[in-house]
Amino acid sequence: MSRKPYVREVSKTTWFLSQPRYKRYMAREVTCVFILIYTFLLICALGALAKGPDAFQAFLHALRGPLGVLFNLAALVATVYHSMSWFDVTPQAMPIQRGEEFVPGNVIVGAHYGAWAVVSLIILIWGI
Amino acid sequence: MEIIKTDVAIVGAGGAGLRAAIALAEADPKLRIALISKVYPMRSHTCAAEGGAAGVIKSDDSLDLHFNDTVGGGDWLCDQNAVEYFINEAPNELMQLEHWGCPWSREPDGSVAVRPFGGMKIKRTWFAADKSGFHILHTLFQTSLKYPSIQRFDEYYAIDLLVDDGRCQGLTALEIRSGEMRQFQAGAVIIAAGGAGKMFPFTTNGAIKTGDGMALAYRAGVPLKDMEFVQYHPTGLPNNGILLTEGCRGEGGILVNKHGRRYLQDYGMGPETPVGQPVLKTMELGPRDRLSQSFWHEQRKGNTVSTPWGECVLLDMRHLGEKKINERLPLVRDLCISYLNMDPVKEPIPIRPVVHYCMGGIHTDIKAATPVPGLFAAGECACVSINGANRLGSNSLTELLVFGRRAALSAIEHLQSSPSASNDPALSAQARASEDRIRALFDQSAGTETVAGLRKEMMHTMEENAGIYRTGEELQRACEKIAELRGRYANLALTDKSKVFNTDLMQALELGSMLDCAETVAVGARDRTESRGAHQRLDFTARDDQNFLKHTLAYHHPKEPPRIEYLDVVITKSQPGVRDYSGAKK
Amino acid sequence: MSEERQIQLEVLRYNPETDSQPRYQTYTVPCVNEWVVLDALNYVKENLDPTLSYRWSCHMAVCGSCGYMINGEPKLGCKAFIHEYGDHIRVEPLANFPIERDLVTVVEDFIAKLASVKPYLIPKEDKPISAGEFRQTPAELKKYKQYTLCINCMLCYAACPQYGLVPEFLGPAAISMAHRYNQDSRDGGRDQRQEVVATDEGVWECSFVGACSEVCPKHVDPAGALQQVKVASTIDWYKEHLMPWVKK
Repeated sequence: MSRKPYVREVSKTTWFLSQPRYKRYMAREVTCVFILIYTFLLICALGALAKGPDAFQAFLHALRGPLGVLFNLAALVATVYHSMSWFDVTPQAMPIQRGEEFVPGNVIVGAHYGAWAVVSLIILIWGI
Repeated sequence: MEIIKTDVAIVGAGGAGLRAAIALAEADPKLRIALISKVYPMRSHTCAAEGGAAGVIKSDDSLDLHFNDTVGGGDWLCDQNAVEYFINEAPNELMQLEHWGCPWSREPDGSVAVRPFGGMKIKRTWFAADKSGFHILHTLFQTSLKYPSIQRFDEYYAIDLLVDDGRCQGLTALEIRSGEMRQFQAGAVIIAAGGAGKMFPFTTNGAIKTGDGMALAYRAGVPLKDMEFVQYHPTGLPNNGILLTEGCRGEGGILVNKHGRRYLQDYGMGPETPVGQPVLKTMELGPRDRLSQSFWHEQRKGNTVSTPWGECVLLDMRHLGEKKINERLPLVRDLCISYLNMDPVKEPIPIRPVVHYCMGGIHTDIKAATPVPGLFAAGECACVSINGANRLGSNSLTELLVFGRRAALSAIEHLQSSPSASNDPALSAQARASEDRIRALFDQSAGTETVAGLRKEMMHTMEENAGIYRTGEELQRACEKIAELRGRYANLALTDKSKVFNTDLMQALELGSMLDCAETVAVGARDRTESRGAHQRLDFTARDDQNFLKHTLAYHHPKEPPRIEYLDVVITKSQPGVRDYSGAKK
Repeated sequence: MSEERQIQLEVLRYNPETDSQPRYQTYTVPCVNEWVVLDALNYVKENLDPTLSYRWSCHMAVCGSCGYMINGEPKLGCKAFIHEYGDHIRVEPLANFPIERDLVTVVEDFIAKLASVKPYLIPKEDKPISAGEFRQTPAELKKYKQYTLCINCMLCYAACPQYGLVPEFLGPAAISMAHRYNQDSRDGGRDQRQEVVATDEGVWECSFVGACSEVCPKHVDPAGALQQVKVASTIDWYKEHLMPWVKK
C-alpha cells in the first residue's frame, strides 16, 4: 500500500493562538469567567445576608475596597462585551422573515439594544 | 488486480451518471451499481451550467414548438425520432427533480417559473436563478445518497472497456489515490463522462472536461458521431472564458459593438427590438451559432472593442436594474465583479465567443445504446442525436436527465436479455493488458515530450484551424498536426513517479483522450464540405442537404487517422428548411 | 491590467512514498496581476514542476475542488487574487484534513458526514409526478435558498477549530444541509435528521466561533444555520419536557 495520509496534530492547549479570529472568540468566552465570579459573589452576598445585618455590611464594605471596585468595573466591561458580541450575532441565530424578505440584521440588533436600554432604565428608576 | 463484480458500472458521476444511477436503484433495489468517476460527484462540470433546462410545462407552449425549435436550431441534423422522445420525456424529468427538492425559481403563485432562451419560440426554460446546473447536480447527488445500492468509486479514472464475446462486460479503472488498477466486471456499462471542450484553449469547460468517456468508447470500436460540431457560446468573459449565461439575454441584456450598435440586426436577426423587451427568436435571442458567427464578422469589420484580453463586444445589462440582476443573475454579477472587476449593474461587460459544448459524441441510438451490446452512453459525451449541428440553449441539462434515465432502462433490458455468464480468464487477460499499457506509460522515462508541451500545441492547433469559421486548407493542417502529435505522444516522458495521486499521469491520460477526440473533430470537419450550424466553412458556405444531411461517424485506428463513414439523418416530420431568426417571421 | 510581477510561491509538499513528513518548496512564478493563486499553481505544474499535485476544475468558484490554506486562511484557489497578496504566498492543504499528497487532502470523513444527515427531500406528502409540482412561493423558497448554495468546498471545516479538536463533530456544512431541507416547505423529514443533528457530536459540539461563516465563499452562513438548529432543538426540548401535552 503506497498511501500514507499525514495527519497534522492540532494542539489542545494553544490552538487558539493560531488565528486572530480564534483569539477574538477566546476573548468572548473568557468574559464568562467574570460573569461566573460575579454570580459567585452574589451567592456570597446571599450567604452574608442570611448570617445577619453585620455580616452583610461587612461584605458590602469589602466590596467597596479598591479590589472590589476594580473587579466590578472589569466585570461590567466583560458583561457589556459579552452581551454586545451576542447581540451582533442574533440576526444569524434568529432571522425573521416578513413576506419574502428577511428583516435587515441591523434592525434585529437595534431592537436588542433598545430592549437593553429599556430594561436598564426600569431597573435604574426602580433602584432609585 | 482486485476484481469488483457489479451489475451496472457507470463511468462519470455528473448529471447523466447520477440520473442513471438513481434510475437503476429505483427500478430494482437488488441491482449492484458501481458509480465510477475521476472526481467527486459534486465536482462534475454539470455544476457550471447556469441558465436552465428546457421542458414544456406552460399552457401557451406545446411539444411541437419545442420539437421545431430543437430541430431548426440544430440545422436539421437532429434525429427527429430522438428529439420526439426527448421533448416528450423532458417535462417529467424536470418535474421529477422538483419532487427531489431542486430549488427551481418560482412564480408568485408557487408554480415553477420559466425564462426565455435563445432560439425558442416560447419561453420554456426552468431555472434556479443562474445556478441551474449546480442545483440539478447537487439535487441528484444528494438524492443518490438515499440508495445504498449505489456504490461510489470516487476518484477512479476509467482506463479501458472490457469487451468479450461481442459484449461490453466491464472496464478497468485506476484508483487515483493509490495508483492501483481495478477490474470492474459488469453486465452493462454506461458512459456519462462529459464533453471534451478542453481540447481548445479558450473554453467555458472545467479542467476535467477532457473527453475521457468519448475516447474510452472510441478506442473500444464505437464510432464518435458528428464531432466536428463544436458550439461556441457567444458570451464568455474575455480573460478566462468564464460563461455568462444566455439567461443574461433572456432577461433582456443586449449586445452592442464599439459604436453602440446592436449589430445582430445586420446578420439576419433584426429588426432591432426595444431595449429591455426581448422578443423570442430575434436579435439577442437568436441561436448560439449565429451569434458567435456574427461576432467573427464584426471583428473582421473592425467593429469590436479592443481590451487587454483581446477583441470583444459588449453585453449591456444595465437597464435590467440591480434588483432584477440580483434576483435572476446573481452568479453572473458575482463572476463579473470577481474576475473582471466590472459590475454589470453599472457598466457593459466585454465578452467574446468561447468553446462551450460538443454536439458530437459517442454514437448511440435513441435508447442510448451504442453499437456494442452492453455499452450505453448519455449526456454530453453521447450523440443521440438531439442537438444536431447546433444545440439549443437549455436542452443539455434536460438531455442528461432524459437520456441518463433512458440509458439505465436500456441497461436493465440488456441485463435481462443477455447471458450473465462471463469468461473471467478472458476479461482478466484484457485487464492485465490494460494495466500493462498504463505501466508502460508510467515507466517511460526516456521520452522527450512533455504533457504540457503537447497539450499546448494541440490547443493552439484547434483554435487556429478548427474555430468558428474553417477552411479546407486549415483543417488539413489540423489533421496533419494532430496526427503528428498522436505520434509524438508515444514519446512522452512522465516526471512524476509516485503512485499516490499522480496528476502527471492523469494529465497524460487525459491528453491521450483529447488527442483522439481532436482528431475526429479535425477530420470530420475537413471532410464535411458544407456549412451547417456550428460548422461553418469559408470555402463551402452553403448547407448541402444533397450530400451532407448525414451524420459523420469516425472509427478509431491505433496508428492511422480515423476512418469516416456517414449515416443518414432520421427525418420524421420536419423537412430541412430555412432557419429564420428575424423578427419578420410569424 | 496585465502587469507582471514575480512572486515566491511557497507550497507544502508531501509525497507519502518518499517523505516522512511534509516540507515546503518555493517556486518563483511570474504572475499577471489579475491571476488567482490557482493560475500560479497551474504555471508551476506546466512549466516548473509536473509532480505538484492538487485538485481543481471549474475555475469559477462553483465546483468546490480547489480549497487550500492560503497564507493560513482557507480559500478557494480560483478566488484568491494574486493582487490581494504580497510577493510571498504560502499554499498548504486545507487544515483539519489528512494530507494525501501535496495539496490533496483525504475528504472521506466530510462526505460520510454529509450523507449521514439525510440531505435529500423527505416529502411531507406523497404525490405522483403526473400531479405536477409541489407549490412553493418565492417567500418559501427564499427561506432556505441560502443554504442550498453550499458547494461542499470544505473551507468551513478547515476554519472550524472545533472540528480540528473533535473530529467526530458533524461540522458546519453537513448541519447546514440538514437545516436546508428542514426549512424546505416540501419537506417532512426533520425528525429523522434531528436524530443525527441534535446530538453531542452534532450541533451541540458547535461553540459558535463563527469562523465557518467568515470563510464561506458562497455566503451560506453555516454558523447562522447551526444556531438556528440549536434554538429549534431547545424549543423541542422544552416542549417535550415542560409541555408534554402539546403534540409535536
